[in-house]
Amino acid sequence: MNSFVQYLWLIPLLPLIAAGINAVLPGDVRRVAMGLTIGTMAASFLISVIALLKVAGGGRLYHNFDWFSLGSGHVRLGWLLDPLSAAMLVMVTLVGLCIFIYSVAYMAHDARQKQFFTFLSLFAAAMLGLIISNSLLLLFMCWEVVGLASYLLIGFWFSKPSAAAACKKAFITTRIGDVGFLLGIVWIAKENGSLLFFDGGGGFLEQAALEHLNGLAVGGLSAATAISLLLFCGAMGKSGQVPLHVWLPDAMEGPTPVSALIHAATMVAAGVFLIGRVHPLMTAESLSVVAGIGACTAVIAALIGIAQNDIKRILAYSTVSQLGYMMLALGVGGLGAGIFHLITHGFFKALLFLGAGSVIHGCHDQQDIRAMGGLHGPMRKTFATYAVGMMALSGFPLLFSGFWSKEAILHAAHSTVGSHLPFYAGLFGAVLTAFYMTRLMSLVFFGTYRGDAKHPPHESPRLMTAPLQVLAFFAIVLGFLGTPAWPWFTSWIEGRDSHFQFGHLFHLETLGLMIVSTLAVAAGVWLGWRLYFQRLRLTAEEKDPLQVVVPRLYHHLENRLWFDEFYEKTIISGTRRVGDWLTIIEQRLWVGGIWAAAQISNGFSWLSRCYDEWLINDGFDKSCDSLRGSGKEIADAHRQGLPFTLRTVGAAILVLLAVTWLWFGKGGAR
Amino acid sequence: MSWLTLLISIPLIGAAVVGWIARKSQARAWFLSLGFVGLQFCVTLAAVMMFDTSQSARFQFAGAAKWLPSIGAEFNVGVDGLGLMSLLLAAIVVPFAIALIDPKTRRPGTMAAWMLLLQSTLIGNFVSLNFVLWFLFWELALIPAFFLVRGWGGPLRAKAALRFFMYTMAGSALMLAGMAAVYAAAGTFHLPSLALLSSGVTLSSKITTLVGGNDVWAAWVFFAILIGVAVKVPLYPLHGWLPATYSEADPPVTMILTGVMSKMGVVGMLRVVGPLFPDQIRIHSQMLMWIAAIGILASAWTALAQRDLRRMLAFSSINHLGWCLLAIFAAWSVTKPGVDGTAALNGAMLQIFNHGITAATLFACVALLERRNTNSTRIDSFGGLRAVMPVFSGLWGIALFASIGLPGLNGFISELLMVQGSFALNPWATAVAAGSLLLTAVFLLGFWQKVFHGPLNPQCGAMPDLSSTERLVLAPTLVLMILLGVCPQLLLKWLNPVSESLLSILR
Repeated sequence: MNSFVQYLWLIPLLPLIAAGINAVLPGDVRRVAMGLTIGTMAASFLISVIALLKVAGGGRLYHNFDWFSLGSGHVRLGWLLDPLSAAMLVMVTLVGLCIFIYSVAYMAHDARQKQFFTFLSLFAAAMLGLIISNSLLLLFMCWEVVGLASYLLIGFWFSKPSAAAACKKAFITTRIGDVGFLLGIVWIAKENGSLLFFDGGGGFLEQAALEHLNGLAVGGLSAATAISLLLFCGAMGKSGQVPLHVWLPDAMEGPTPVSALIHAATMVAAGVFLIGRVHPLMTAESLSVVAGIGACTAVIAALIGIAQNDIKRILAYSTVSQLGYMMLALGVGGLGAGIFHLITHGFFKALLFLGAGSVIHGCHDQQDIRAMGGLHGPMRKTFATYAVGMMALSGFPLLFSGFWSKEAILHAAHSTVGSHLPFYAGLFGAVLTAFYMTRLMSLVFFGTYRGDAKHPPHESPRLMTAPLQVLAFFAIVLGFLGTPAWPWFTSWIEGRDSHFQFGHLFHLETLGLMIVSTLAVAAGVWLGWRLYFQRLRLTAEEKDPLQVVVPRLYHHLENRLWFDEFYEKTIISGTRRVGDWLTIIEQRLWVGGIWAAAQISNGFSWLSRCYDEWLINDGFDKSCDSLRGSGKEIADAHRQGLPFTLRTVGAAILVLLAVTWLWFGKGGAR
Repeated sequence: MSWLTLLISIPLIGAAVVGWIARKSQARAWFLSLGFVGLQFCVTLAAVMMFDTSQSARFQFAGAAKWLPSIGAEFNVGVDGLGLMSLLLAAIVVPFAIALIDPKTRRPGTMAAWMLLLQSTLIGNFVSLNFVLWFLFWELALIPAFFLVRGWGGPLRAKAALRFFMYTMAGSALMLAGMAAVYAAAGTFHLPSLALLSSGVTLSSKITTLVGGNDVWAAWVFFAILIGVAVKVPLYPLHGWLPATYSEADPPVTMILTGVMSKMGVVGMLRVVGPLFPDQIRIHSQMLMWIAAIGILASAWTALAQRDLRRMLAFSSINHLGWCLLAIFAAWSVTKPGVDGTAALNGAMLQIFNHGITAATLFACVALLERRNTNSTRIDSFGGLRAVMPVFSGLWGIALFASIGLPGLNGFISELLMVQGSFALNPWATAVAAGSLLLTAVFLLGFWQKVFHGPLNPQCGAMPDLSSTERLVLAPTLVLMILLGVCPQLLLKWLNPVSESLLSILR
């Protein structure tokens, strides 16, 4: 057992301490708060790099400990360090650090800067804790705290009604998936006892448990399939897969660094990470579901993305679409490819969001791309780095990381034994991605500035552009870790050896796929170029070229394919209606049943009176009187409103008794 | 005098003294009551220190005295881990509630005196090991509770108090009948001895023998006692008294009602219903679990439609305690003791404490909100409060998320254990009930959005944030929430052996 892994908890603990201290600091000590947040994140980054070096050659280290006692044993948690967690650790801390530094400038004018950095630290702590968990339980706990941090950050400007609604929507939509996730967890606990991933043979990702779970049949499925699908519910919520993607675009109500950190680079990756983590548990059936959902998400979100006009929303849909790609990759068995795309995407999407923040900042809080334009002149650094991000996302060949990771995904989707539909979906998605990014670039950076001419756009301060440059650097170089010639990263994640073989680039399938995907990108860029660059927009008001060409399709896409409206009309109003019905049952139906019970008790008192007056006569005067007295008392009490209560009691007990009676009937038959 | 008698007596004496002083000076009486609950808290802490954790399944600090030998009623007291935790809960929540009595309210000292009396009876119930004594305290607790609901609160409080009293009395009447049958069959009221029967000739079979072989009667006795206890928790269709009572009573009173008094029902389930009738629960477990599960879902769903903050929290309480009942029914649905049953019982017991402090804190926050010049608790009469009272919203937020079941705060562990145990024993009912985890988040965050987020309601613009005294009053339970969320072993070390021993005597 390596002693280093015992101290792995330092990585999430440092930001957690920062969050704790910041929370109790008075509101005006901004510098201390920022320093703590950034300092602890930098320290976590350094430890993460050491952790990465520890497992650079592969391998798996873990350390488990008792948390609380349960029965004769204990519930145990643990830390885990393997290539997957090491890669995620470095990505999250590095991207996080860039975003934190950027936030110093971006949030400089906000009165609640201290709270902002507190929440950022809390978020980082939860996310890092999630990554190093060696227990599904601990992972779930951190997962929920990540949800809390995102709730706080999306709703950071809570006085805006849209932000207040968005943060609630995010928490609740992800919680829909989390209920399934929780049931999956307790199911594993039931079958395996331990929720640890690895525990010297006792973990549920190890041979014995996997065989047991695969062998159990539950209604035509193996338990492993059912459980992994429940876990996937959680991943769908967190990673914004269709049909639970609706919260992610709304989450852009948060400050832009939050969008970059949470809703692009790291938090939404948690779902993909989860599926990557429990990949051994996934069966062929559940993997095909994952691939199918991923493919649908990749295409649907990209389609919606081409008709949005808010710069952050376009990127949000792009994120949803790229998450679909990652799920697709995991679903077709390309674990390494999916995680590779997760890492490269983390960098270039953070870059794009921070770039968007810089653009919004430079255009005086304008977010509508129709009102921008011509920014390549005044915002040179932003433009250059943004172009790198755009090319990485679109998958421009050879030089950009997005190309290689997307290539790996397409390769996995093409070589799978299952359906090839995900492959074609991926290819179509690539065309769409290139198209909407070209549209975005043309509208934002070229042509003439369509905003207020009195306030020309300006470049952002150095503190904002420097993180962009760092991220742009990684958006390029990371790709070379996973080329077909030297697929070090993918092999490392999957626990295989890799060698540098230049010839692999020229295998027929590899080369063919590279050419096909390059053609897809070229097609998308060409279309975007024809529609948006050749006839540059002159005013903010004129119609979108696509609206002219295909007005009906554009209308549906612009309205995000009516997902929100559909949910509002069905699930949300349905839930509300059931709540109202139950309240009516509470107030009326009970009382109605109670009224019947009251009549019965009235009947009894009437009977007792009859008994008194007619059946028992003079000889029993005294007992008669007392009985009559009691009858009268009941009747009097009734008039005073007491029986209302009795009615309630009576009705409730009657219902219970009726149910009991029915049950007895059945029991007797048995 | 044993520790437990001392614990019952201190608030009892306190109630008398405070009540007497309150005739002259209400303010002084209120202040004095804090001294008594403080003393009570210290003695409880001392008991916690003296408690032998390695033997927490045993009844410790035991005391016995002859009382009415002709009917088997003895003064039998003792606490195991569960009892100790309940004592601690009462020692925390009652001072909390007394501290939150608004000094501007009518006769605060008298109210505190009633609260002390209520505390005494509740503690008496928690430590009783004799069915009659237990029942006596169970009934006695109704008296101060009735006067507390009747005397302070909203305009409809008189009606609510009457309904509350009559409803629970009706339940108790059933229970009394059941008790008589138990004594007739078993010849003892000593609860631990009655519990031991389940490993030999069970209580049910004794009742069957008593009535000459018809086994339906054992079930009737069981249901009589079950309903009596379930009314107080309450189990969903028997909750009719609760929404009106919780929303009409003054919030400090509701704090004790939901924080401690409702726990009398859950503890009763664990102390009386479960150990005495494990076989009956097992026979009817499917039905009982489904009733509990549907109640869990229905109460959360009803909470969703409430416009009034207190009513919403009242239904939320029904929901959270419904989980306890589901887990308890699930735990006794199996014959073989196993880790699933232990998890369910551990969860249910932990939930007693967790819900106690969380619900009390939530109603404390309601009390503080109402103090701020508005007498309305309609959810839509506020808006944007977080802008003017950031500290209040932050502290309330912790309690809110504890109630939602956020990991890292106390509610999560108990919920997890209950879901885990119940799922293993009845997956479908648990899956239905798990829907309420989502609904709880929906209505709590919906309330939060309307009250604290959004643009500031101009009528609320002048509301002051929490004073440092108020912060100090809220702090202890909030610290406990975080502490128990991170380190549940603090309580589970007492509870786990109790669960194991409760299930180990099953045949």
